[in-house]
Amino acid sequence: MTASLLVGQFLSGLTTSMFLFLIASGLSLVFGVMRVLNFAHGSFYMIGAYLAWQVVTWLHPVGEAFWPAALAAGLGVAVLGAVVERLLLRHLYGLDELYQLLFTYALVLILGDAAKYLWGTGQLSVHRPPVLDGGFQLVGNTVPYYNLFIIAVGPAIAITVGLVLSRTAAGRMLRAASADREMLDAMGANVGLIYTGMFAVSSFLAGLAGALITPMESIVPGMDVQVIVQAFIVVVIGGLGSFWGTFWGAMIYGQVLSFGILILPEFSLFSVFALMAVVLIVRPWGLFGRPIR
Amino acid sequence: MSARRIPWTLLIFLALLPLPWIGSRYQTFLGTEIAIDALFAVSLNLLLGTTGLVSFGHVAYFGIGSYVCGILMKTYGLPFVLAFPAAGLGAALFAVVFGFFCVRLTKIYFAMLTLAFSQIVWAVCFKWNAVTGGDQGIADVPFPNMHWMASLPYVGDLNINGRFYLLSLVLVAVCIAAIGQITRSPFGRMLTAIRDNRERAAFIGLNVRAYELSVFVVAGGFAGLSGALYGIFNRGVFPDYVFWPKSAEVMIMTILGGMNYFWGPTVGAFVLVWLNQEITNYTQYWPAVLGSILLILLFALPGGILGGLARGGAALRRLLAGRGDA
Repeated sequence: MTASLLVGQFLSGLTTSMFLFLIASGLSLVFGVMRVLNFAHGSFYMIGAYLAWQVVTWLHPVGEAFWPAALAAGLGVAVLGAVVERLLLRHLYGLDELYQLLFTYALVLILGDAAKYLWGTGQLSVHRPPVLDGGFQLVGNTVPYYNLFIIAVGPAIAITVGLVLSRTAAGRMLRAASADREMLDAMGANVGLIYTGMFAVSSFLAGLAGALITPMESIVPGMDVQVIVQAFIVVVIGGLGSFWGTFWGAMIYGQVLSFGILILPEFSLFSVFALMAVVLIVRPWGLFGRPIR
Repeated sequence: MSARRIPWTLLIFLALLPLPWIGSRYQTFLGTEIAIDALFAVSLNLLLGTTGLVSFGHVAYFGIGSYVCGILMKTYGLPFVLAFPAAGLGAALFAVVFGFFCVRLTKIYFAMLTLAFSQIVWAVCFKWNAVTGGDQGIADVPFPNMHWMASLPYVGDLNINGRFYLLSLVLVAVCIAAIGQITRSPFGRMLTAIRDNRERAAFIGLNVRAYELSVFVVAGGFAGLSGALYGIFNRGVFPDYVFWPKSAEVMIMTILGGMNYFWGPTVGAFVLVWLNQEITNYTQYWPAVLGSILLILLFALPGGILGGLARGGAALRRLLAGRGDA
C-alpha cells in the first residue's frame, strides 16, 4: 500500500463523510428535538437534487447558475417540509412511534413517485460550477476542487449550527423543546412554531445536500432510499439526536467504507451495517450520544 | 368466548379450497400470493399486535427462509419436505442470535436494531456470490415434487400452479392455526400482558426478555416458512426479498387489516395484493397509491379495516337499539 493510495482513499472517504454529515445532521436534529425518525429525509434530499437541476436548466445550463439553484433547492425543500409538518405530521405527535415511522414512509412512496412523474426515470446531471472546475495534485492523486469545497462545507455548517444551538436564544428554545415540550408550552413558548421551524431547517439541509451532490453524481430515481440508509447508519453510530455525534459518525462511516473497499471489497457494505449493529448492541444511544429517557 | 368459538381458520380454509377449480388461472395465482403474504403478515403480528414489538427487520427471516429453501432445493437438489422445515428452522436460528440482542432494547432502538440486522442479511445476500448468487439471486428454484397428487381424486386434473396453490394453502392454514393456538395459549396471554404494560409484567415476576425472545424466534420461524413458499412461487430468490422496503410493506399489510385483530393481517394481505394487481393495470404509480392508502389509514382509520368495521358495527347496533341512551 503506497502513501498515494492511502491519501487517495482517505480523501475520498472524507468527501463521503462530509457529504453524509450534511444530510445526517438534519435527520439527527429532528430526532433530537421532535423524536421523529424521518424516513422521508432521503426523499427531501432527492427532491432537492431535482429542484437544483430544474433551476439550472431554467437559468442557464452552464455558468454560475449552480449557486442560486442550490439555494433555491434548499429553500424549496424547506417550504415543502414546513407544509408537511404543519398539515400532517403534527397530528401524529402524541401517538406511538410506529405511526410516525409509517407516516414518513408514506411520504417516501409518494415523493418518489412524484419525482418520477415530474422528472422522468432517466439520469439527469448538472455541470460543476466553473469556479470549482479542475483540481490539484496531492501525493499522486488528483483532488477536484469541488470535493475540497464539499469537505469545507460540511464542517462549516456543523460549526454554524453548533453555535446556533449553544449560543443563541433560538437554540435554547430548541434544547428546551427537546428536554420538556409540555413545560416549554406551559411557559408560553410557541412550541408548534418551534417544531415547524425545526422541520423546515432539517429539510433545508436535506435539499441543500441534494443540490450539492448533483455535480458529483447523476440524479436517478432510487437515490432517496439509498441515501437514507447511509444517513441512518451515520446517526446511529454517532448517536441519534447528538449533533457532534453525527459529525463523528459520518467521519467513521466514510473511512470504514473507503478503507473497507480497499481491504475487503466484497464486504465493505457488510462492515458498515455490522458496525451499526455493534454500536446499537453496546451503546444504543450511539458512541457520542446520551441515553434518552 | 372459548365455549362457542367459531373455527375461523377451518372455515376460511374450506372456503378457499375450491379456488383452482372454480377460479381462473390468474385468480389461483393471486390466491397463492395472498396466502403466502398472509402467513408472513400474521407472523409479524405476533410481534407487532400481540407483543407490541415494532420490528422493522422482519423481512430478514422471510429472506433467510427463502434463501435456505432455494439453496437447498436448487443447489443441493434436496426435496421440498426437507427444505421447507429447514427454512423455518434456519430463520428461527438466526432469530435466536439477532433476537438475543434486539430484546435488550426497547421502542425505537429495538426497531432500529432489527432494521440493522435485516440490512446485514441483505448485504450478505447481495454480495456473497458463491452461495446466494449475489445481485442475480438464485433463478429457477424448482417446484416441489407434486406427482403424488395425481392419484388424488379431482386434484389430478389440476396443473402445477393449481397444485402448488393447494399445497401452499394447506401449509399456510396449518401455520396460521398454530399461530392462533400460540396467541390464545397462556404464553400468548403473557405476551399481551407485556404489550399492555411492560413494567407491570416484569413486576409480577415475568421474565420479559425471555418471553420477547421466544416470540421473536417463533415469529421468525414462521416468517421463514412463508419466505420458503414465496421463493418457489416466484421461481427464484433475490436480494430484494430482504431489502428494508419489504419490511415496511408487510407492516402496512398488518396495519391495513388491523393489528389488534388476529385476522387483520390476513385481510390486509388480501386487500393489498388484490389492489396492487388491479391498480398496476391502470397506472405505474402503485407506490404513490400505497402511500396514499397509508396516509388515509393513519389519519382516518387507525384501527385498520377490521377496526373500522367493528366501529361501524357498534355504531349500527347503537342506532338500531334506538336513541334510549342518547
